[in-house]
Amino acid sequence: MGKTIAEKILSAHSGKDLKAGDTAVCSVDFCFGQDGTSSIIIDSFNKLGAKKVFDKSRFCMVIDHSAPSPNIGVSAIHKKMREFAARFELGIYDIGCGVCHQLVPQKGHVTCGDLVLGADSHTCTYGAINVFSTGVGSTDIAITLASGKNWFRVPDTIKVIVKGKLPAGVYSKDIILRIIKDIGANGATYKAVEFAGPVITAMSVDERFTISNMAVEMGAKIGIMEADAKVLKWVSERSKRPPQPVKPDLDARYVAVKEYDVSALAPQVAKPHAVDNVSNVEQLLGTKIDEAYIGTCTNGRLNDLEVAARVLKGRQVNPEVKCVVAPASREIFAEAMKKGYIETFARSGCVVVAPGCGPCVGTHNGVLADGEAAISTANRNFKGRMGNPNSFIYLASPATVAASALIGTIADPREHKKRLE
Amino acid sequence: MAKQRFARRLKIQDNINTDYVISGRYKFKIQDPKELAEHIFEDIDPAFAARVKRGDCLVAGENFGCGSSREQAPQALKESGFSAVIAKSFARIFYRNAFNIGLLLVEANTDFIDDGDQVELDLEKSRLRNVSKGLVLDIKPLSPVMKMLLEDGGVIAHFKKHGGFKFE
Repeated sequence: MGKTIAEKILSAHSGKDLKAGDTAVCSVDFCFGQDGTSSIIIDSFNKLGAKKVFDKSRFCMVIDHSAPSPNIGVSAIHKKMREFAARFELGIYDIGCGVCHQLVPQKGHVTCGDLVLGADSHTCTYGAINVFSTGVGSTDIAITLASGKNWFRVPDTIKVIVKGKLPAGVYSKDIILRIIKDIGANGATYKAVEFAGPVITAMSVDERFTISNMAVEMGAKIGIMEADAKVLKWVSERSKRPPQPVKPDLDARYVAVKEYDVSALAPQVAKPHAVDNVSNVEQLLGTKIDEAYIGTCTNGRLNDLEVAARVLKGRQVNPEVKCVVAPASREIFAEAMKKGYIETFARSGCVVVAPGCGPCVGTHNGVLADGEAAISTANRNFKGRMGNPNSFIYLASPATVAASALIGTIADPREHKKRLE
Repeated sequence: MAKQRFARRLKIQDNINTDYVISGRYKFKIQDPKELAEHIFEDIDPAFAARVKRGDCLVAGENFGCGSSREQAPQALKESGFSAVIAKSFARIFYRNAFNIGLLLVEANTDFIDDGDQVELDLEKSRLRNVSKGLVLDIKPLSPVMKMLLEDGGVIAHFKKHGGFKFE
């Protein structure tokens, strides 16, 4: 019987011939924490009594979730992280560097065939570059930081094949929202998802990250793709380590195979308060929004900012809408400035905040008032996620969010088709 | 002798995410688990935290603990006095996190447990007794790894005791 990508990567990292359902201790290529999880990583590392880290070059911390610090409590956590990094000479990306899920692949910390753990649930993002990467808690990272290892249960795999041709104004975000609607918030729990098909192959690497990023929203452990020439070029321009691309065997065993034809797909919107509560945009036209947010580990990359800038260029955001933009990294911020997107945002009436998570996790940069609604390019719309349990969050693509910001109600980006082609 | 415990059933049962267990508003600025415990489930049931007594079992439906990887979620539940969480199913990161810190999670059909019911857990026999209703329910047996982590009091104690993973 052949093997899936998950079975192959975990076998290679355990030195054993593993199949779905097995449990094994594996060596881990890279691990990290962010400012919401690193405080407990440090506490657990100290409780372990560890005197040294397994490999300084295979760990980093990122200050992205509340950066710059909005209050004294957060400042204390940031200080604790900086002191720990200094003590063990560890890498730290401080305020303004960007979101961990942009920095970890962009800075070349991971490459094809790697096994990666992050103390953040959206660590599944690097599946797009053929990495078995998954979120765990802080104590699991502390164990790996001290030993270079952790234990894994080999997941079953669902294969998702995306076919057809994506219409103008419809993006990878719409595809993954459509898939999550179908599979459900619980439909891939404990499982790996392999994404494949001509639509995935036609996408840029940045667009693929959006899909893998949201695999966890259906409970998946990883959302992984094969490494094609685009991916190999992307990683070799960033990582010094040689990529070891992993393909599934032709006779690999899948617990389910799902096919989606996206040729007639409409822009998708996830409604409050669940990510799998998804509608076509047509059904929500006219819904009033008070805030529009473009950014995050899902959609804060250069291509996302480009799409939003195309919709907004030479126009004004509705005066009743607060439109917030957070580039996913400092490099993206600088590049977007060079290409004129940042000027477009500023002149359109948007607020550009520091590279990082922005208002996604509700600690700063645009907390909603009671009864207010936001449309956001993020990956979660749980009640209270953006800081106020009495507010409402819709999730959509950067094009849909920008189009909505212009008129103050949820809008169909295909109205701006000419700008988006 | 199985310990007697009382069920605390959430109003919303399915897809309780870790943001609902403990909101980002608190977890980003509060490091003390005791202080975090005062705010559990605040966004979905603000009166819930005050009702919890030491030894109680939290009762929920499908996919408990989905979403964010925050370990503050099981930490705050443990700190608020819960001796176990009983749910139909759990999300995977939360599942690991709970056993890593020594919090017992039990998979069972929770349709037959009402708020305030007295329950007994027998892990040896993989059974749950609802004393109030006179029912005996099957629970999904724990894997050997989870059993070991639990018996050792969490992954840190396990790692220190065995100088690594015992099951390597």
